[in-house]
Amino acid sequence: MLGLNKKDAGLFTIVIVLTMLAPFILNPFPENSELAQFNAGYPDLMQRFVIFGIFAIGFNILFGLTGYLSFGHAAFLGVGSYAAIWMMKLLTLNVIPAIIMGIIFAGLCGGGVGFVARSRSGIYFSILTLAFAQMSYALAYSVLTPITGGETGLQIKATDSPLMSSVPEGEIGRANLFGLEMGSSYELSVGGWLFTFNAGYYIAAVCMLIAFYLSIRLFRSPFGMMLRAVKSNQQRMNYTGLNSKPYTLAAFVISGMYAGLAGGLMVAMDTQVGPERMFWTASGEVVLMAILGGVGTLIGPVLGAGMIKYMENIISKINDNILHQWFAFMPDGIEDFMVFIIHPFIGKGWHLTLGIVFMLVVIFLPGGLVEGGQRIGRLFGRKKRAEAEAESTAKTPAE
Amino acid sequence: MGILEVKGVNKRFGGLQALGDVNLSVAENSVHAIIGPNGAGKSTLLNCLVGKLIPDTGSVMFDGNSVLGRKPHEINQMGISRVFQTPEIFGDLTVMENILIPCFAKRDGSFRMHAFEGVNHETALMEKAENILEDVNMAEKRDMHAASLSRGDKRRLEMAMCLVQEPRLLLLDEPTAGMARADTNNTIDLLKEINQKRDITMCIIEHDMHVVFSLAERITVLAQGTPLVEDTPENIKGNPKVQEAYLGESQH
Repeated sequence: MLGLNKKDAGLFTIVIVLTMLAPFILNPFPENSELAQFNAGYPDLMQRFVIFGIFAIGFNILFGLTGYLSFGHAAFLGVGSYAAIWMMKLLTLNVIPAIIMGIIFAGLCGGGVGFVARSRSGIYFSILTLAFAQMSYALAYSVLTPITGGETGLQIKATDSPLMSSVPEGEIGRANLFGLEMGSSYELSVGGWLFTFNAGYYIAAVCMLIAFYLSIRLFRSPFGMMLRAVKSNQQRMNYTGLNSKPYTLAAFVISGMYAGLAGGLMVAMDTQVGPERMFWTASGEVVLMAILGGVGTLIGPVLGAGMIKYMENIISKINDNILHQWFAFMPDGIEDFMVFIIHPFIGKGWHLTLGIVFMLVVIFLPGGLVEGGQRIGRLFGRKKRAEAEAESTAKTPAE
Repeated sequence: MGILEVKGVNKRFGGLQALGDVNLSVAENSVHAIIGPNGAGKSTLLNCLVGKLIPDTGSVMFDGNSVLGRKPHEINQMGISRVFQTPEIFGDLTVMENILIPCFAKRDGSFRMHAFEGVNHETALMEKAENILEDVNMAEKRDMHAASLSRGDKRRLEMAMCLVQEPRLLLLDEPTAGMARADTNNTIDLLKEINQKRDITMCIIEHDMHVVFSLAERITVLAQGTPLVEDTPENIKGNPKVQEAYLGESQH
């Protein structure tokens, strides 16, 4: 299928089905049940899943394949966002030109930053990219205020009057795709369940599927093999007649373009940008996503992105009252004790939970969630094989 | 006129004269060995040939073109391959991929963005890689990770990676260092075969006299950065200067 081998085609099909049915899958609990707070099937969060998925896929092309750890990838996310919102301010509220502009600008910045940072490897590369990202943040925050809106960031106002769209007086411009507003949703109520199908989510999801498909092709191409060679042994590569520099630079630019696509989509979903999008913690987050999901694997970064965004949005919503409800069946003293124990890990403490999960994954599953999945798969495989063997041995005496 | 001509090469590291006025001529399709005691400048000379070091003075010509100032990958593209003292392979990749990478380098040059072609659609290159793996008896290990190979297999793999590029000159830096006798003999046979069947000129740096005398057609003896003598193996064996500088020393 589409030039993919059987295994990859299978994986891609599963990802297509899951993303298309996400509004159902992420909303497993009825609207009024106590567990409804674990539902992740609302538009805002679903959009974040796929957008950060794109960001992490792109990051993984650089880090997973070439081993160059960029610690400033959020800068490209920000550049993509600013480029996209300017396109909307000046030309049209249609998302397509905005997203394309985001990709182009992020790619150009990636080329510049990559060219300089590529002159060093290892930790120095990471520090250089981090420095670039913090410089971009500082530029956006203060120096370039006329372009970036400084601390308050940018929004689309009626006074911007894009060439091909009109923004009603006193309202904030909303992005659309040929008239279809990103925020518009179709709600389906079945029994106690409420499923939301959001236009913005589906557009972002299609972008993610395309991005994911391209990354599979890249992983399986000679180019992808060369990038893995960069990670494995640059000395051998150079003495094999290959120039490792343009390969790394190309990977950097591609991964910057992925970040630009993610940034453009963020603006398309929510038409505003602020400099905090480029802050170094945002760069660190994508590193966590890739490592949590599985560096260098195809689907890992998407899983990692999903997991982190889920925890950020769901665990942070749980508060003490909810905990008291959960442990209400226990005697009072124990109930309070349990709440006291769990309290630091919920609400604003979700970072603590994330940190613990991250440590557990790195220590016990160095290959990330993907390795966890593979181990479970192997466990089942072994069980099946053992059962099959047991059956065959059981049969032999009967014959 | 040899395929590789080194003329008047000098290289200093601070106060140390690593190479002093080295002249060397390697004839096409021959096996030329460079021997000498430790610190004689053998590896420095080799590094000057592949672009890792640039000599202070002198010229290095390969097939009529200067290699000086060129990067290692450019020199490889001219037709010089190098086998390292400790095998340099792509440890994270499979044996097959290790062979395919030099195939792509040979076909597509030092950089190409072939991001949307599938590796497994390259049937011609795959076949070429399979053949070379059979030649070095590693066909059944094609899907293993290169890092998990035994040391001897890593050497053979590295050799195969060089051979698949069909280089005109193969530089070998102690290709049998740390090998058992049986493996050493296998390597000697493999190298002989390579030289005769594939018309590849070889330049070998080696400590093991057994290897040198079984393979080399001509031998250059380096001592303290300068060539002492260059002659056939028979004459080298009987040369008193060599005995003194090298063989004599090692027989203590």
